[in-house]
Amino acid sequence: MTAVAAEPTLYDCRDAFAATVEALAEADERVVVVCSDSVGSSKLGGFQQRFPQRLLNIGIAEQVMVGVAAGLANGGKRPFVSGASCFLTARGLEQIKVDLAYTGANVTLCGMSPGVAYGELGPTHHSIEDIAWLRAIDNLVLIVPADPLETEQALRAATEHDGPVFVRVSRMGVPLVYGADYRFRIGRAARLAEGGDVTLIANGTMISRALEAATLLAAEGVGARVVSMPTVKPLDVDEIAAAAEETGAIVTVEEHSVRGGLGGAVAEAVVAQRPVPMRILGFPGFAPTGSASWLLDHFGLTGAGIRDAAVELLERKRP
Amino acid sequence: MTATTQETLPRRIDRSLPREEQLRLLANGSRLIRRRNLALIEAAGLGHIGGDLSAADIVATLYLAVLDLDPSNPKLPDRDRFVMSKGHCSGVLYTTLASCGFFDPALLDEYMKPLSPLNGHPDSKKVPGVEANTGPLGHGLPIAVGMAIAAALDGSQRRTFCLVGDGELQEGSNWEALMAGGHRGLERLTVIVDRNGLQQGAPTEKTSRLEPLADKARAFCWAVREVDGHDHAALLDLFERLPVEAGRPSFVIAHTHKGNPVSFMRDRVEWHHKVPSADQVRAALEELA
Repeated sequence: MTAVAAEPTLYDCRDAFAATVEALAEADERVVVVCSDSVGSSKLGGFQQRFPQRLLNIGIAEQVMVGVAAGLANGGKRPFVSGASCFLTARGLEQIKVDLAYTGANVTLCGMSPGVAYGELGPTHHSIEDIAWLRAIDNLVLIVPADPLETEQALRAATEHDGPVFVRVSRMGVPLVYGADYRFRIGRAARLAEGGDVTLIANGTMISRALEAATLLAAEGVGARVVSMPTVKPLDVDEIAAAAEETGAIVTVEEHSVRGGLGGAVAEAVVAQRPVPMRILGFPGFAPTGSASWLLDHFGLTGAGIRDAAVELLERKRP
Repeated sequence: MTATTQETLPRRIDRSLPREEQLRLLANGSRLIRRRNLALIEAAGLGHIGGDLSAADIVATLYLAVLDLDPSNPKLPDRDRFVMSKGHCSGVLYTTLASCGFFDPALLDEYMKPLSPLNGHPDSKKVPGVEANTGPLGHGLPIAVGMAIAAALDGSQRRTFCLVGDGELQEGSNWEALMAGGHRGLERLTVIVDRNGLQQGAPTEKTSRLEPLADKARAFCWAVREVDGHDHAALLDLFERLPVEAGRPSFVIAHTHKGNPVSFMRDRVEWHHKVPSADQVRAALEELA
């Protein structure tokens, strides 16, 4: 089992992103950052000051931002592409598919402020479809880190990976999830709590809430296993099969649409490996306006909401 | 196998030869590439012969005489880059790459056959010498801008060339890339427009007008030159005198004819992707004898 952190402070993962990219640039002169008028929103001001030539602000043009990154990779650079996840992944989708994934370009895509981070700005700025449409693309690794430590490690793993990687970088404050000895590996899940009645599989901002749900369930005598699934592709199928086999019920939780994201990926694995009842928690459709935390509460993406879903599911599990 | 597939392809031209001899070799080389290109499409029963023949002189001039490349070492970091943005014209690209020695010309017989590396659109992972996976239009130019930025960051003298179709310029991503390239003054980047005036189904000017194209490119801070895209001497002169203007990327409008020079294909829109019959191939080869 992976150790869990206890500190209550909340962190914006963009800070870990900025610090990590600066450190990588310091160590490797091939590292460049490509962004779309997103220096401030990607917290790249420090990078720009230290490496002005290597910060390529292409302007508000996501398609070209991704294409330029492919050309930079062809020219021997290691580009990090940073932009609001909603625009980067939707506007640049064909370039991500062809110029990066099909080509096998060593480019790291950083989807900033994903999910409902831009809550009040509405569905145009919510990015609750990004994982779904990227998940269909071959040869593209998808990582949804849960905290600053995992964000840093995911970015470092991306630079060592041969091929493109998408890293979803949270803006909404998250507590530290992992203990200091945590080591992220692409395609590897982490078991954060043990339990035999139901498994809660989550990633990103939902991990701390899943842990909260497990505590609530324990008080009711329900043993909930909590699995962190930072890599949505390639999926840790063995861990999912073990959850199905050993707990017989799975709830997935993500800051994403209920269609085609982590829940969809887990369901595909579950039906192929060991069919068990599931609940997929996330956003059922376009979300209304409201702050990010209000939206998460409203759609039951809270410790209590996850607990309720697990209890309901246990009813279905019984013969 | 037809006799055409056995013909010798042209080699890269020794640039120390007298200029007249270089131009003679280029003219003959383009002719041989066109002949082999026709055989390729006949064997595959698929392809885009009109655009291949339109681009043949430009592609041949670049590969046979201009680009600094080592076909036996296709990934040399400081090589010149060529991006075939009109990826559907893979026929002329593959024929020319084989001609330069990037791969065995015998492979051309496998064009678009099951499991062939020579996919209908070029795949850089499978075909030595291909720099970018193109096919969806409007992808090559942004990639070329990135290549040129990488060269500038390295302080390298390597050049980047990108051939775009004219109809392709209707894709908005090209204009984003023109804005980015112009803004950065990437003077070692050259875009060549294969301006044959025809897109898949109709003239560009009757579909979504491109003119005044030169003015548009100038307004995006590119230096513009117009050239006869079938005149090897003019093409070679232009490519040797780049950039067109210091501090700006070059935008070359190459006036061409779709299907050139085959009499029954030239400027005929239906030859965008029509496959010639055996008789038509024979007639075309006679014209290219």
